[in-house]
Amino acid sequence: MASLPALLTLYFAQYVPRTAAGECFIFKTPWASAAEVSLSFSLDGLSVLFALLISGIGTLVCIYSGDYLKDHPQRGRFFCTLFLFMGSMLGVVLADHGIVLFVFWELTSISSYLLIGFDHRREAARSAALQALLVTGAGGLALLAGLILLGQAGGSMELSTLVHRGEAVRSHPLHLAIFLLILVGAFTKSAQFPFHFWLPNAMEAPTPVSTYLHSATMVKAGIYLLARLAPIWEGASIWSQVLIPVGGLTLLTGAALALVQTDLKRLLAYTTVSALGIMTLLLGIGSVSALQAATAFLLAHALYKGALFLVVGILDHEAGTREVTELGGLGGAMPVTALAAALAALSSAGFPPFLGFLAKEGMYSATLQAPGAWLPTGMVLLASVSFVAAAGLVGFKPFLGPKITASRTPHEASFSLWIGPLTAGILGLLLGLMPGAASEYLIGPALSAIHPGTVSSTLALWHGFDIKLLLSGTVFLLGTAVYFHWPRVCRGLNFLNASGGFAPSRWYAFGLEALLRVSRFQTRILQSGHLHLYLLIVILTTIGLVGASLLDHDVHVGLGRWKDIRPHEAILVAVILAATVMVVRSPSRLTAVVALGVVGYGVAMIFLLFSAPDLAMTQLSIETLSVILLVLVIFRLPRYSSYSNKLERMRDAGVALTAGALMTALILAATALQREARLVDFFAKNTLELAQGRNVVNVILVDFRGVDTLGEITVLSVAAIGVYALLKLKDIRTNDTTPRND
Amino acid sequence: MSQILLLPILIPLLTAILSLLAWRRPALQRLLSLAGAAALLFAGLGLFTHVWKEGIQAVQVGNWPAPFGITLAADLLSASMVVLTGLAGLATAVYSLAGMDRQRESFGYYPLLHVLLMGVSGSFLTGDIFNLYVWFEVLLIASFVLLGLGSEKTQLEGTLKYVTLNLISSALFLAAIGMLYGVVGTLNLADLALQMQSARQPALIFTLSMLFLIAFGIKAAIFPLFFWLPASYHTPPAAVSAIFAGLLTKVGVYALIRVFSLMFAQDMERIRPVLLTLAALTLLTGILGALVQKDFRRILSFNLVSHIGYLIMGLGLMTPLALAGTIFYMFHDVIAKTNLFLFSGVIHRMRNTYRITRLGGFYASHPGLSILFLIPALSLAGVPPLSGFWGKLVLVQAGLEEGQYLLVAVALGVGLLTLLSMGQIWAEVFWKDAPIASESESAGAKVLEPGPWLLFLIPMGALALLTCLMGLFPQPVLKLATQAAGQLIYPEAYIRTVLGGRP
Repeated sequence: MASLPALLTLYFAQYVPRTAAGECFIFKTPWASAAEVSLSFSLDGLSVLFALLISGIGTLVCIYSGDYLKDHPQRGRFFCTLFLFMGSMLGVVLADHGIVLFVFWELTSISSYLLIGFDHRREAARSAALQALLVTGAGGLALLAGLILLGQAGGSMELSTLVHRGEAVRSHPLHLAIFLLILVGAFTKSAQFPFHFWLPNAMEAPTPVSTYLHSATMVKAGIYLLARLAPIWEGASIWSQVLIPVGGLTLLTGAALALVQTDLKRLLAYTTVSALGIMTLLLGIGSVSALQAATAFLLAHALYKGALFLVVGILDHEAGTREVTELGGLGGAMPVTALAAALAALSSAGFPPFLGFLAKEGMYSATLQAPGAWLPTGMVLLASVSFVAAAGLVGFKPFLGPKITASRTPHEASFSLWIGPLTAGILGLLLGLMPGAASEYLIGPALSAIHPGTVSSTLALWHGFDIKLLLSGTVFLLGTAVYFHWPRVCRGLNFLNASGGFAPSRWYAFGLEALLRVSRFQTRILQSGHLHLYLLIVILTTIGLVGASLLDHDVHVGLGRWKDIRPHEAILVAVILAATVMVVRSPSRLTAVVALGVVGYGVAMIFLLFSAPDLAMTQLSIETLSVILLVLVIFRLPRYSSYSNKLERMRDAGVALTAGALMTALILAATALQREARLVDFFAKNTLELAQGRNVVNVILVDFRGVDTLGEITVLSVAAIGVYALLKLKDIRTNDTTPRND
Repeated sequence: MSQILLLPILIPLLTAILSLLAWRRPALQRLLSLAGAAALLFAGLGLFTHVWKEGIQAVQVGNWPAPFGITLAADLLSASMVVLTGLAGLATAVYSLAGMDRQRESFGYYPLLHVLLMGVSGSFLTGDIFNLYVWFEVLLIASFVLLGLGSEKTQLEGTLKYVTLNLISSALFLAAIGMLYGVVGTLNLADLALQMQSARQPALIFTLSMLFLIAFGIKAAIFPLFFWLPASYHTPPAAVSAIFAGLLTKVGVYALIRVFSLMFAQDMERIRPVLLTLAALTLLTGILGALVQKDFRRILSFNLVSHIGYLIMGLGLMTPLALAGTIFYMFHDVIAKTNLFLFSGVIHRMRNTYRITRLGGFYASHPGLSILFLIPALSLAGVPPLSGFWGKLVLVQAGLEEGQYLLVAVALGVGLLTLLSMGQIWAEVFWKDAPIASESESAGAKVLEPGPWLLFLIPMGALALLTCLMGLFPQPVLKLATQAAGQLIYPEAYIRTVLGGRP
């Protein structure tokens, strides 16, 4: 299982020397040219760093998962989804086209959804999965809009081109919207305040997933995007004005909330939130040293946090709990795990000579040089203190001290379980010991992609006795103090658990609930289940749209010809109208049917008067038949009763009269002007001549417009089948639970 | 060679007639239905290839010159819609072999299905507004009977609402045709497009466009005219819901596209705000309705309504790009929606209920089916790289180009809510454990034999494959949609061909 990511790691590793030399590899092939999307990828220093993390940690996670889920019936599905994620994540960091990046971005959200909900029989896992999907999905859509607008502003969708079009983008009228939309995408993915709440909840996922997606790789996609697009906003004040406060809030929220968790996974999740906040803050500062620190920290964090998560998974597996209060003294039973944990924890705490130490030093020097130095420095220091305490809680407390009696006797984990965290821990140490190589091959090339044209200074372990070293030492001491007094700190900060920090997740719950309430409300009003209301709405819409268009413009209604009306025509119309009123008002069905017959005959008379005998005859026979049929049927129907009150009837009458008046006006308008009789002339001329018929109407029906008649014959036959089936095929409903209609 | 235009109408007609002659032999009817649907698909493909190579085709039926007789015409949009009709028809026909009960089969299910297909094909191919009305009648009467066939109480209740509201639509459509004829004096669509430019009551044209908008809007199920759809689509057997969901509302949308691009293009400035407002409201009210349903097919029905909004959005924008987006989205929607309704039927077959709260456990027991379900479901939500994504992407691009930011925000937001809606189905039906079946549920639940399984899986798998292919290799379909949109925006070739300027 692990061989595929291992091969990928080697594949990307071979590019390292060449990207370090400044080369950039581009692959491009047409995809959806009509939508101006080409399948283009590029590989530069930044991409290679991420690709190595994704495939490298992926290898470790795959080895680990094989054992972790040894007897799980859905192990195959797990690996499928994990590989889907790996491919998507690689796609995100390699994509050069904005839309291609978005495609993979969404795929990481979907695979994350499936993986958080892996333990799908538990409600908590299902709702956490949905929460992560909705939050990152909403951000994804904002990102899509942002990227399309960015492409329109910059004249290209290729990121490698766009980074040189900063001027054009920044002078675009929608510049602010573009910027904010893209940030929402990045912030939701990278769990920045106030979107951070989904990440701790995502700890419902199996531990390898939390390791891989929710600490080492996927949550850094937002950071990647910010770093990738940073050149566009280089020097723009809005960049730091938004990124620094958001990053600061995030790092403080995460750092504070981490200390009140007793579940080790949630504790690590909050330190991840905090770490992501630090990266955003550093990107926001935007100086070369800040970007260098961000890159170094990103690498260090991926290694140590991945290792710590895997260790927690082992503890969970062996001791049966992740509660920090229930773990202790396991070092003797599981020495290798303890070693791996210690290595990772020391890097996390920023202890020399680990990579974490280098990153922290870089951070301090960057924040000290930033404008308003003490505020960002202070925030980063606070987070670092929290990290030291957290490192102690995860990396040392479970293994040291008195043994806490657990329900089962823990054993050392198997090789495939401990090799992952140990490798990551050792890498953190090695890279720390070889700062030159790390900065030349990994951090430097990535930096020159974020900030083109800079040659980074080499990282070094020893800078002499300076303020950074002092800060490091202080942080370490303070953190150790917090670790030893953790139960009191935890109680002291506990109010955070109940209030502030969780507020955004309550907004989410409130928003979802409100959404469902609004939906229920509007659906009850719209889809009420009452046919008469449906009719009312449809007719009112007709009156509204058609009537407004009539009022709006000068439509000529042909009232001028009222003088042509002859007395007997007027009487006929009066009879029809009277009969119509009777149809509606009559208390008995029989009267209504007879009155309806009168209406029909009246219409036939009109046809007759206006010299259409064929129509009149058809109308007469149809009317006669329907009256007879209706009278026959009436005796089988239940009694006539009225369900609506007077007010409703008045309303309906008003609507009906308005609709009738509207149609009358329309017909008058349509017939106001005499039209030329092109079709009539053609039919009259050719009926005998070409069609060999003597009756124009007949010839129109069977020849000129024969297809219409074919259709109408079909309609009649189908109607016959329908009547037959309704009469003969009685309710065949079996025991079904189809709900009532509306 | 342009006589091939007649085949998509004649084949289902012939199939229906032969099936009627075989009234007492359901086995023969099944065979006929399968052959007829396959033949329709092939005829559609033949027609499409012809139009793709040779350009727009027209046939003057009975050799009466346009605009005096009836003209059938096929441009790229018509031809590809006929292909989709054949596709949805064939998928439903195969599915029905296992999914339809004996009683319905012996009361004319198969002939009715093919009359429906005939009406749909006729609507796509006619070049005459009154003839369009006739085809609408054909497909409506067939759908009335199909909907009520079986006489279950819920079915009849749904049918009543369906029939009443659709008859209003027909009445308005007919009235609109009458007035149009009164103003312009012709029924041929191409001729109408020409005469419109010199109409004597130009102010009335906008009013008429509103009348057509309402008549077709009811058929297309847009806000606030969609009530008949969620009231009825969950009542007939799944195969019937599937073919309805795939094709019927699309006929309404097709008619809107055809009529507005040909006849009302010069009034578009005034029509656009109306269309765009209705599009946004359709998108929103539809998807909000879906979120609170508990019946599998009613969730899908409200989704169906909602996504008509995307189609109207592109129509309202009426740029070449936007119209291409509408056409692409329509292709995608026919395939995905038909498929999802078929899925609901298979699930119902196994558990005898459509209530998602009463379903569960399919991801554990049927992983293959579950993954297959995800394809159309995620595609519906516009998840890349599936077919729905590209349609939405193009529409969003077009909307942003036109500066319709609010509408684009609604369109994107509805995508997210669709994802939520599909997530609800996924969590309830597939992820959560199945509740213990009630007596009535277990009494009606069936264990599927391999034979019926295959008959269900083949159409569902094939449609899902198309959804994937359209997503992974969007370019051919996008190119087709762009060209079809071009023919609509610049209708000169259509008008010339229909009026006989070219053989």
